[in-house]
Amino acid sequence: MIWMGLALGVLMAALGSLCIGRYDVPIERVIAIVAHHVLPLDGKWGAVEQRVVEAIRMPRVIQAALVGAALALSGAALQGVFRNPLVGPHIVGASSGAALGGVAAIFLSLGPIAVVGSAFLVGIAAIVCVYLIARTDGRAPVLMLVLSGVIVSAFCASMVSIVTFLANPEDSLPAIVYWLMGSFATANFEKVRLLCIVLIVAGTPLLALRFRINVLSLGDEEADALGIEVERTRWTALVAIAALVAVSVAVSGIVGWVGLVVPHFARMLFGPDHRLVLPGSMLIGAVYMLLVDDIARTISTSEIPLGILTAIVGAPIFAYLLRATSARGW
Amino acid sequence: MVTIEHLGFKYRARGNWIFRDHTLRAEAGEIIAVIGPNGRGKTTLIKSILGLYRALEGKVLCDGTFAYVPQTTEASFPYCARDMVVMGLARQVRAFGSPGRTDYNKADLALAKLGMAGFADRPLNQLSGGQRQLVLIARALVSDAEVMVLDEPATGLDFSNQKTILAVLRELARDDGITILFTTHMPQHAQVIADKVLLMRDVDRYDFGPAAKVLDEANLSTLYGIDIRSLDFDHKGSLHKVLVPVFV
Repeated sequence: MIWMGLALGVLMAALGSLCIGRYDVPIERVIAIVAHHVLPLDGKWGAVEQRVVEAIRMPRVIQAALVGAALALSGAALQGVFRNPLVGPHIVGASSGAALGGVAAIFLSLGPIAVVGSAFLVGIAAIVCVYLIARTDGRAPVLMLVLSGVIVSAFCASMVSIVTFLANPEDSLPAIVYWLMGSFATANFEKVRLLCIVLIVAGTPLLALRFRINVLSLGDEEADALGIEVERTRWTALVAIAALVAVSVAVSGIVGWVGLVVPHFARMLFGPDHRLVLPGSMLIGAVYMLLVDDIARTISTSEIPLGILTAIVGAPIFAYLLRATSARGW
Repeated sequence: MVTIEHLGFKYRARGNWIFRDHTLRAEAGEIIAVIGPNGRGKTTLIKSILGLYRALEGKVLCDGTFAYVPQTTEASFPYCARDMVVMGLARQVRAFGSPGRTDYNKADLALAKLGMAGFADRPLNQLSGGQRQLVLIARALVSDAEVMVLDEPATGLDFSNQKTILAVLRELARDDGITILFTTHMPQHAQVIADKVLLMRDVDRYDFGPAAKVLDEANLSTLYGIDIRSLDFDHKGSLHKVLVPVFV
């Protein structure tokens, strides 16, 4: 029942998002435009409406939903792996690494594909650095991982600052600043395709690991005693998480708080079991991101950067969740 | 059956031995109690036996698998009892898989066996200490392990819960042939259920033998450095001995 409701929620949010914007398209026309690819419907809509829905809003809506799902999934998995409901994707250094990669590519005016690729690669590199710093005697304890995440994030953040400082205020500086604040305004089907590939390649193993993540969340020693390969499982999960975060940052800049807040909604619905929390977070993340993006592009005449909105919306929600759930211990 | 031969462990290669040259053997269905003062290395010993710490010397031989019941669980998420117990099957579940219906049925059976059937859906943090301990024992039980290793299973529990845990352990050993190794600070727990006792005196000095032989006033008084008396009492017509520390 809950699953049906959530899936329906994603669909409704997506259709609704296709309707609204500077140029309003009635819902029945949106449905017809979307459906005419599979159903024999004749065009009772204008060419402009079709262009707005298919070429402008469609990639953006799909991208928002996918990024929301990817970030929420990675956040939920990360909280399980690190046994801490208060961590987010930035903890493993993936976000800031990806930011550095993207910013460097924009600085060198390398073009959009290079921005995506570089964000992705540096994001992965950041998480490898985190691991190498944390690793002692072939093991990487959680506290060490979190602390080295802080170190790598701080380093990446200062590198980003240097690049921003050096950037040309005429062209690359604004591009960097807007990209960093996060937006789906530049969505296109190329990016959607990349997101889909990474979601399948990295998201599938992560979802498959959801029971192991339950076991991992008991702590290294208990998990070890229960017979699972702690280090290998954790690293499989972390690489998948890093890939999801990096690709999200790569296509839409830094959209914070989603990976932190959404898993808490999922836990309110499903309880702590990661077998349900992981897929649940994906669906809720998609809806959440769609709604936030709708606000971003409709609340004022010029678009509000997403990262700002997710923080403005996310921080109070998170504060509330913190109060509401601390009583019953997550 | 478990055989532990000349087991030795230290945390750092250049460090001091925590324990060394410990040799013990337990038959199927036997209960072994490990007794020693705080910091003597009881927990380190059982973790080395479990393979959680890599022993530097000696070896552990066992026909089957070990199951571990930690003193407390550090779960950061309040899983319900059934979900907790099903994790005992992690070894059997494929790496990229999840437990199926039969696995959950096994978990329910294990809980029922320990009288916890009614608490399967209860989050762990809403259970009492004794109930939580039973859930952890059920988790060990569900894995069909030959040997169950428990770290101070009755510590922090009230008298009636202590009795419950002891009864459960005795039953598992007697009826299911599970070999049980547990650490304790309560000589009476060892006296009541243990077949053999390991008394950890020093790094390479220990007593290992039948409970009745190892557990006496002299041994325990030396071990803990306080006076420990053996009292005889009559319970339901049979004579029992109990070792009690003298705190006065």
